[in-house]
Amino acid sequence: MSQPLLEIKGLNVAFGSPENSFTAVRDVSFSIAAGERFALVGESGSGKSVTALSILRLVADARTSGQILWQGESLLEKSERQMRGIRGADIAMIFQEPMTALNPLYPIGRQIVEAIELHEGVQQQEAARRAVTLLERTGIPDAARKFHSYPHQLSGGQRQRAMIAMALACKPKLLLADEPTTALDVTIRAQIVELLSDLQAEYGLAIMLITHDLNLVRSFASRVGVMERGRLVECEETDRLFSAPQQPYTRMLIDSRPRRHLPAAPTGGPILVKAQDVEVSFSRQSDDWRWWKRVTTPVVRGVSLQLAEGETLGVVGESGSGKTTLAMALLGLQKTSGGRVEFQGERIAGLNRNKLRALRAQVQVVFQDPFGSLSPRLTIGEIVGEGLALHQPELSRPDREKRVAEVLIEVGLEASALSRYPHEFSGGQRQRIAIARVLVLKPKVLILDEPTSALDVSIQQQVLQLLLALQQKYRLSYLFISHDLAVVRAMAHRILVLKDGLAVEEGETEALLANPVQPYTQALFAAAKLGEA
Amino acid sequence: MPELSTPLPESPRQRAWRRFRQHRLGYWSLIIFAALMGFSFCAELVCNDKPIVVSYQGQLYFPLFKDYPETAFGGDFPTPADYLDPFIRQRFSEPGNFAIYPPNHYSFNTLNYFSPSPNPAPPSSENWLGTDDRGRDVLARLLYGFRLSVLFGMLLTVIGVVIGVFTGALMGYFGGKFDLVSQRLIEIWSSMPELYLIIIFASIFDPSLWLLVVLLSAFGWIGLSDYVRAEFYRNRTLEYVRAARALGLSNGMIMWRHILPNSLTPVITFLPFRMSAAILALTSLDFLGLGVPPSVPSLGELLAQGKGNLDAWWISLSTFTVLVVTLLLLTFMGEALRDALDTRKADSR
Repeated sequence: MSQPLLEIKGLNVAFGSPENSFTAVRDVSFSIAAGERFALVGESGSGKSVTALSILRLVADARTSGQILWQGESLLEKSERQMRGIRGADIAMIFQEPMTALNPLYPIGRQIVEAIELHEGVQQQEAARRAVTLLERTGIPDAARKFHSYPHQLSGGQRQRAMIAMALACKPKLLLADEPTTALDVTIRAQIVELLSDLQAEYGLAIMLITHDLNLVRSFASRVGVMERGRLVECEETDRLFSAPQQPYTRMLIDSRPRRHLPAAPTGGPILVKAQDVEVSFSRQSDDWRWWKRVTTPVVRGVSLQLAEGETLGVVGESGSGKTTLAMALLGLQKTSGGRVEFQGERIAGLNRNKLRALRAQVQVVFQDPFGSLSPRLTIGEIVGEGLALHQPELSRPDREKRVAEVLIEVGLEASALSRYPHEFSGGQRQRIAIARVLVLKPKVLILDEPTSALDVSIQQQVLQLLLALQQKYRLSYLFISHDLAVVRAMAHRILVLKDGLAVEEGETEALLANPVQPYTQALFAAAKLGEA
Repeated sequence: MPELSTPLPESPRQRAWRRFRQHRLGYWSLIIFAALMGFSFCAELVCNDKPIVVSYQGQLYFPLFKDYPETAFGGDFPTPADYLDPFIRQRFSEPGNFAIYPPNHYSFNTLNYFSPSPNPAPPSSENWLGTDDRGRDVLARLLYGFRLSVLFGMLLTVIGVVIGVFTGALMGYFGGKFDLVSQRLIEIWSSMPELYLIIIFASIFDPSLWLLVVLLSAFGWIGLSDYVRAEFYRNRTLEYVRAARALGLSNGMIMWRHILPNSLTPVITFLPFRMSAAILALTSLDFLGLGVPPSVPSLGELLAQGKGNLDAWWISLSTFTVLVVTLLLLTFMGEALRDALDTRKADSR
């Protein structure tokens, strides 16, 4: 076949007014052949999603120039009416978050039927029959019944399957998949990728996968385009790209996968945190007519752990496994319903106010979301200095400011950040500020709750380096919570695997990764595809 | 991090102020309103029946600040001097004596006993906006009435905001049973008929400004507390609040330092609108005769007089103008504030 399915030549997409414009995509050219598996990789803000959306002309308020040829016809010159015929029928799209991409008010079956009726004009019953077949094909169990389910009644993986079924409803020739697995757990992620590969082979689809996850690209795509700040810097066969990357940016992306440079944990350090059979359960109103009854849902079911000075315990598990709740219980911010948590041999639950406050300075936490964890109306100086003012009120104001400035420099920021506000900083810088906020108190234990999940890979690498350096310098103990096994492997001395609130398995990182005993751990590690790193 | 060296630390507050100034209509409304308020606070120097300074037989008197008996200026009675009395005025114009009167010789309750035409008298060189049906100067009553309305509106707004923010904050922050119970209590409270209560209380007690403040405040905070409650509910689950709890901050400090500043947007946006609503409430009650006693200068009472004396156009027209201009300025300011604090609106620098 000489003519590619989709050909993009010199695509430019700009937002804003002509005088004050921001160019999201610059001079991007690539083509996709029928039945090809193409991947577009880049960090956030590199313009990969905008490129995909502009193929369907779905970007609002943008000025687009260049050429987008679909089977030789220019899409940019088509009327809006003609475009509607192409969207869904010839080119379909699936999105990152299936919960928001599906209409919550209609059953999923009806949404699929709607697409079939709209584009192919078949009878409703015929469309419904086809929808059930599609749902079955995408691996939704009991498809005939799930046909009538609403999006919120399905799990995340099932929703993404339903989205794929919807996208495939009109037998498109090209499927644009925008981060289709990012919002999903690792084990489900692997299943969805497998499903996409199967469907691609079965229907002869071309798939354009947009992702930041290089692991995924390697196992899925035959050709990869790398985007940086709106430019397509490299476009190459997958094997060639990974074995011999030409561009420094591509090399940096490949290299920035977390590597283990972890010094051994100091032996013989005192045990700082000791948790025994910790249980946490939430109670809520019962769903049936007996509204006065309370239903309790156990979230953490008897987890025991120990954390010694200077070591890192990685806690891994999928969403809903109780990782964060466990962390809150260790901090004493979440009431436990059973078991005991000790810090330096003292039970947290029985502490009085003053002792609890003293404890707060020693056990600190860094959260996942660098945008939500800094109060937007306080300056960096106020945010970082707040804990200091509380725990060491004897410090004078200049002394306090000096300490804050020192700690900011230590985490790699400038002292001039003191009088600035959080919105002026990027995600990685904000995470550094969040680390500075806890570091200024000179804590002994840091609970890191997915500290790098919201960051791009290159930034993630920098933050991990910083955390390692700080651990070395201050003999900090980390409780490192993450769903990303690659990161945990790089950071943790020991790993604790959580599933449904239970500690499934625990052990030294390398030993555990090499020989997982429990089937769940085996499945988890297999899905993460760590072997290729 | 090269971008850190650029000198541009603009706080959210500065940003809102800059955006407010860019809204020209609102900005000018604020300036005009502030000027009018400042002017009305000097009302005693502009509209008064007492001279500012009197020099009588080589001695200086300041009747604005001190009451002098008529005998001090050669009168017969030890009663407070009536400085508009032709006899007294003649004494002041004797050689060696002088008196500096304010530009308008009438205060809000001064009756013009010497008006050439029957009351209500049309505008003249003596009463610039005419008199009402009791012979009181309309300009003076407007000026004092405006001042009273604005102060009343501010007081009511402040009380409403304080109570509303306080209750809303508690409900939103603690949630759970406390929230449930308080919400039900508020629902019961807000279903009481406000107007009837005011009418009943007006007939039991002597009508006074303070009674109105208390009664209107008792209901005025409810709407605001709902907004603040919702904001606190949203903000308390955010991670910066959890981080503050992990630092060991007390509940009060978290609410005051962390959540409150991030929850004030609806409160600030509503301020001008609440004020105009309060002014309107006072005016309406006065118009109906349920408000302040007749001796107090009030825009509503003037409107009622205008309705009673339709041929005296100067009463209704001037009062109407003052009222419309006041409410319009407040509305413009409110719009500008809303735009300035609206984060979805693009920043046009």
